[in-house]
Amino acid sequence: MTYTRGDLINLAILLIVGVVVIPMTVSSGYWYTSILIPWLCLALATIGQQIIMGYTGQLALGAAGFMAAGAFACFNLILRVPGIPFVGALLISGLIAAAFGILFGLPSLRVRGIYLMVATLASQFFIIWMIDKFGWFKNYDSSGIITAQDIVIMGKPFTSPIEMYLVIVAVVTPMTLIAMNMARGSTGRNWMSVRDMDIAAESMGVSLLKTKLQAFAISSFYCGVAGALFAFTYLKSLEPVAFDIKLSFKVLFMVILGGLGTINGAFIGAGFILLFPVLLNYIGNNVFHGAIDATIISAIEQVVFGVLMIIFMIYEPLGMAKLWETIKMKITGLFSKK
Amino acid sequence: MADQILFFIEVVVGGLLAGTMYSLVALGFVLIYKASATFNFSQGAMVFFAVLAFVGFMQDFNVPFVLAFFLAVFLMIIVGLCTERLVLRPLMNQSEDTLLMATIGLGYVLEGLAQAMWGVEVRRLDLGIKDFPIPWIADNLKLFISAIDLTAGIVAFGMIIGLTLLFKYTKMGLGLRAVADDAGAASSIGIPLKHIMLLVWSAAGVVALVAGMMWGARAGVQFALVDLALKALPVLIIGGFSSIPGAIIGGLLIGAVEKVLEVYIGPFFGGAIEGWAPYVLAIFFLLYRPEGLFGEKIIRRV
Repeated sequence: MTYTRGDLINLAILLIVGVVVIPMTVSSGYWYTSILIPWLCLALATIGQQIIMGYTGQLALGAAGFMAAGAFACFNLILRVPGIPFVGALLISGLIAAAFGILFGLPSLRVRGIYLMVATLASQFFIIWMIDKFGWFKNYDSSGIITAQDIVIMGKPFTSPIEMYLVIVAVVTPMTLIAMNMARGSTGRNWMSVRDMDIAAESMGVSLLKTKLQAFAISSFYCGVAGALFAFTYLKSLEPVAFDIKLSFKVLFMVILGGLGTINGAFIGAGFILLFPVLLNYIGNNVFHGAIDATIISAIEQVVFGVLMIIFMIYEPLGMAKLWETIKMKITGLFSKK
Repeated sequence: MADQILFFIEVVVGGLLAGTMYSLVALGFVLIYKASATFNFSQGAMVFFAVLAFVGFMQDFNVPFVLAFFLAVFLMIIVGLCTERLVLRPLMNQSEDTLLMATIGLGYVLEGLAQAMWGVEVRRLDLGIKDFPIPWIADNLKLFISAIDLTAGIVAFGMIIGLTLLFKYTKMGLGLRAVADDAGAASSIGIPLKHIMLLVWSAAGVVALVAGMMWGARAGVQFALVDLALKALPVLIIGGFSSIPGAIIGGLLIGAVEKVLEVYIGPFFGGAIEGWAPYVLAIFFLLYRPEGLFGEKIIRRV
């Protein structure tokens, strides 16, 4: 794993901005609780979806199910295993989600496309139903909404928005780096060879069984960790309904709009899907002074997402990440000519 | 014992009739798949869009029933026209996955538009058919069969016969099949591709409208219709994506099996297993018979 100097500089800048500049300059809790925290959590889940869909080319639609598995696993681990460190619980819940991923990834060995999508829908509905119907997972709480425990690391509680944000940065940064390395290493090459032409990949000695199940496992590991973080820092509660099929679609949109087969596309896509409704609400409140009903605004938001999806499919199937690259190329080209 | 058998028959018949609803949604899906090899993920959204427009015309503008129906049909033809022009034509010759994702986008657009135009509240749709057991059957056969279920069954049956005849015996149907087989070859011998696509999407729109009316009369016209329509996907896997009878049999099978499972096995697990049982059933079909019961064996296996 070698890095060019440019990579290291980019990473250093991002880390300085993420860990030093943002906590020092942004003080309002709103930015953390409503934008930065959900953005990073969903971006992590989108990386998971990206691995299975963008890199391995398997049309899966069950990210939210795996997120729910991770979230409830984390809740139960902290509840039932005394003295378990938060990071340990997070990792184990990722592994539990990965186990589900392998199980529901099995059909991918035989089918693809919409057939696989239906098979992964089974995981979505089954996991949510299982959590909902077996009281044990919810600690026999009848209200249906359970408050998530506080995050405690080395005896210190991380409960304020900034502290939770830092925890997320500390988890998301290494996981993103690992994902990037996997994507450009032999693992990722195997994934992409399966995506681009599975028969050729197999005849070159890439095991389809191993590659696909590995991709499913890693993908759902990322989704599981993201789900646990999402529940513990953003929702601050655990309810199966929060992880319904709508969230799966949202993550799918993040991947497609952000750009298939790119890690930074996951961040761009998640940011866009998250910020666009905020922008629409802002316009609704400040330009039209609340004259437009909130339900109409969310309907408009849906239309715009759908239209964008179609437009990107037609004109730029590689999404916003590619768009950004093109713009960057044009700008640097402008300067280099002179 | 006789009571138990009677009860079992009642469960199965109820399931079969509810299954015709899935069949109706799956039917629209098959129509489009047959003619354009496109997995139209937005079929569920079309159901919602069509029936919400229909109810909206009736309730908000006091349009009489028949006129509202034709207005909704007209609207669905416009939707078909726009889809053909704005989504399918630019994406011609793209991979199936690309088209599938584009139709997911289309589904979002339709759901959003429907809600922006007509609001989000649940609307009641009264077709004049009651969701009560038919007294004659209840008295004579001791079976409780809801009138609306039976109507849906008859309507679905009629549509299948009509569509099968259309596909098999008309010139248009021949054109449809030719396009489905090889769009390039079909257009080179002078079959108007654009018209065929428009026709098929409009027909799927009308099927969606009818399906929506049946669902809506039973459960109210609401957004949940879109999620219910997702169940058409396992139906299609079981029946085969390109078979009209398959859509029907698949729907009936899913309807009956999920009801039987729910009634006899569901209580052991706290119920509501019909939410996922069809999908798991579909997985078993994928493992043992990926082309479905009636599908053609052209599925690309890995």
